[in-house]
Amino acid sequence: MGELAAVVGIGQTKYASRRGDVSIAGLVREAAQNALEDADLSFKDIDAVVIGKAPDMFEGIVMPEIYLTDALGANGKPMLRVHTAGSVGGSTALVAASHVQSGTFKRVLTVTFEKQSESNAMWALSTPQPFSVHLNAGAGGYFAPIIREYIRRSNAPSDIGIKVAVKDRLHGARNPLSHLNLPNISHQEVEDSMMLWDPIRFLEACPSSDGACAMIIANKDLVSESPKPPAWILGGAMRSEPTIYAGRDEVNPRAGRDCAKDVYAQAGISDPRRQFDCAEIYVPFSWYEPMWLENLGFADQGEGWRLTLDGATSLDEGGDIPWNCSGGVLSSNPIGASGMIRFAEAARQVRGDADQHQVKDARLALGHAYGGGAQFFSMWVVGANKP
Amino acid sequence: MNIDICIVAFSQSACVAQAGAANEVELIMPQLEAVYGQVGISNAQDVDFVCSGSCDYLQGAAFAFVAGVDALGAVPPIQESHVEMDAAWALYEAVLKIRMGHAESALVYGFSKSSPGELPVVLSQQLDPYYLAPQWIDSISLAALQARLMLDKGIIKASDMAAVVASSRRCAMDNDKAQLAGQFSISDLLEEPEYVSPLRKADCSPISDGASAMIICTRSKAEEWQVPFVRLSGIDHRIETHNLGMRDLTTSHSTRLVAEALSIHNSSLDIAELYAPFSHQQIILEQALELQAETEINPSGGVLAGNLMMASGLSRVGEVFNRIVAGEAERGLAHATSGPCLQHNLLAILESV
Repeated sequence: MGELAAVVGIGQTKYASRRGDVSIAGLVREAAQNALEDADLSFKDIDAVVIGKAPDMFEGIVMPEIYLTDALGANGKPMLRVHTAGSVGGSTALVAASHVQSGTFKRVLTVTFEKQSESNAMWALSTPQPFSVHLNAGAGGYFAPIIREYIRRSNAPSDIGIKVAVKDRLHGARNPLSHLNLPNISHQEVEDSMMLWDPIRFLEACPSSDGACAMIIANKDLVSESPKPPAWILGGAMRSEPTIYAGRDEVNPRAGRDCAKDVYAQAGISDPRRQFDCAEIYVPFSWYEPMWLENLGFADQGEGWRLTLDGATSLDEGGDIPWNCSGGVLSSNPIGASGMIRFAEAARQVRGDADQHQVKDARLALGHAYGGGAQFFSMWVVGANKP
Repeated sequence: MNIDICIVAFSQSACVAQAGAANEVELIMPQLEAVYGQVGISNAQDVDFVCSGSCDYLQGAAFAFVAGVDALGAVPPIQESHVEMDAAWALYEAVLKIRMGHAESALVYGFSKSSPGELPVVLSQQLDPYYLAPQWIDSISLAALQARLMLDKGIIKASDMAAVVASSRRCAMDNDKAQLAGQFSISDLLEEPEYVSPLRKADCSPISDGASAMIICTRSKAEEWQVPFVRLSGIDHRIETHNLGMRDLTTSHSTRLVAEALSIHNSSLDIAELYAPFSHQQIILEQALELQAETEINPSGGVLAGNLMMASGLSRVGEVFNRIVAGEAERGLAHATSGPCLQHNLLAILESV
């Protein structure tokens, strides 16, 4: 896959429902500077900047990279803006990596963000379109029927989603950057929360967050210039399929399966549950954990919920394959950045730099993002060992 | 880096002032069919990677590009990505993908309908959201400010701008995709009233709807397809500050940086296709690029003859490709721009093989 590259710096902001203390430029700069500090570098060490975010309509700024040039030290450098729906955080990391893996650049900065307090996602997702059914449901309303179909097919107990919601919030309570900090959350509390889109309750849905995430990706030759251990990029893949087509399996989308197969082949993964030490997977609604456990090959068809039930994905229960130790999308959701946070948190684990949510001796991790009508996927595998 | 990347197919729709009820997918499909036909493949399954450029705000919908996927026949799923930029940058992303060995071939396309909205006003919302966007400074007014600076400094005269327009209209007479074409003298053009002083309407690119598409690949793939191909021997881009007060608007620092990176200055170029949405900007670019007298500029008429937002940059590359394939040129330069007053610039060098 071309030149070998690694993550040498990671920077995130504190996630919150409203970061009124910073502008959008201030938000992305905070993440970028944290990443540069983590890598012991400055803006002058960066060859190119790759930025990503979810739709421009969220904040109401057309092509915001044009305005963010100065904040990201990109003046006089190449700057690229990626937009691939909810998977954008992951795709942006992969496009940034390709800047280095292609041999074109030695070291790039990549940043993604969303400032939901300055936006109206529900409005942005619901503008009426000619000749199309007007949807005023947001993402939860779109995914709820697909989740119901998963429950019907798998005969999963009805409280699996509640279990995921509790588990990811307990993980999030270990992460000081987390938007939601709910160390005392209980099964009962989630069950009693308002039903939003049956079967998704309020506490089974992701929050709306402000935040940004940044990474520095460097060619292997420059890795030693940064002090912390690198996260080697062992594979990266993207897949897209249409929102609707005859015979499409919306519960277990083929684009997700194909993407996983591709990235596993690059990284030499044949048994993901056994080989990975942990995974950061895009789970914006609780039930997507068991669904993606199956889609990504961690469990057989119809069996994903058993891993959740047995605590296999829980750090607190000592599970063998912890998912979303950072708290996941269920704890922090700056939409455009949420995918990159997954990729960055996977990298933090294999760098041994995840503090209170560190998986002991993590060497190999999967980062995953999805978007649109569960039709756009991006994934990467990162490892502690240089290949 | 040592992989030779070639362009094997290009197609652009006619630039039309109003595509009517045709939606974006209907604009894209004919161009995809055309490029598939040029290399003898049947759909996007036959290339390794697809990347597009579009802008949600022009369609008035979040995820406008998602509809574009419907034009691709992405079943089974494909490797696909998207930039919220002109498709010239989608081409750039595809080039990286081929260089890293992840793809041998790629389909690139860009599309937009600018007609339903008020484009200059829509583009005002790409300015700094706290200090500039609330003033709704439209893209024509900003360009007028730039032209005024050039006139006041004596860098250009109004007749120089009219000469750019006259040349564009004349060249466009040979371009059946052009929206505006014809024989106009400089004095004819100067008799027109000013629109946003000092710009006349003819100094501004028109509002156009349409799409363009391109296929690129490795040299070995091009030979396997047995089609005429052109080498994309260089591509690079630079952005500069958004703060207009921090820039010398009468020149293009970022264009100069790219030109230096690609060693374009003083190199031999038969043609140059420049994305100059306003007549005076073509002069800024010519100066930044230090183009020689023998270089023919905008033989297609350029974007003053028709400006497909999100596709015009890719189309500049495509126009150079077409002329090299036709044997009218050996080596050419294509340019794309983004942002107010030429903030972000991309250059590509194409060479015959």
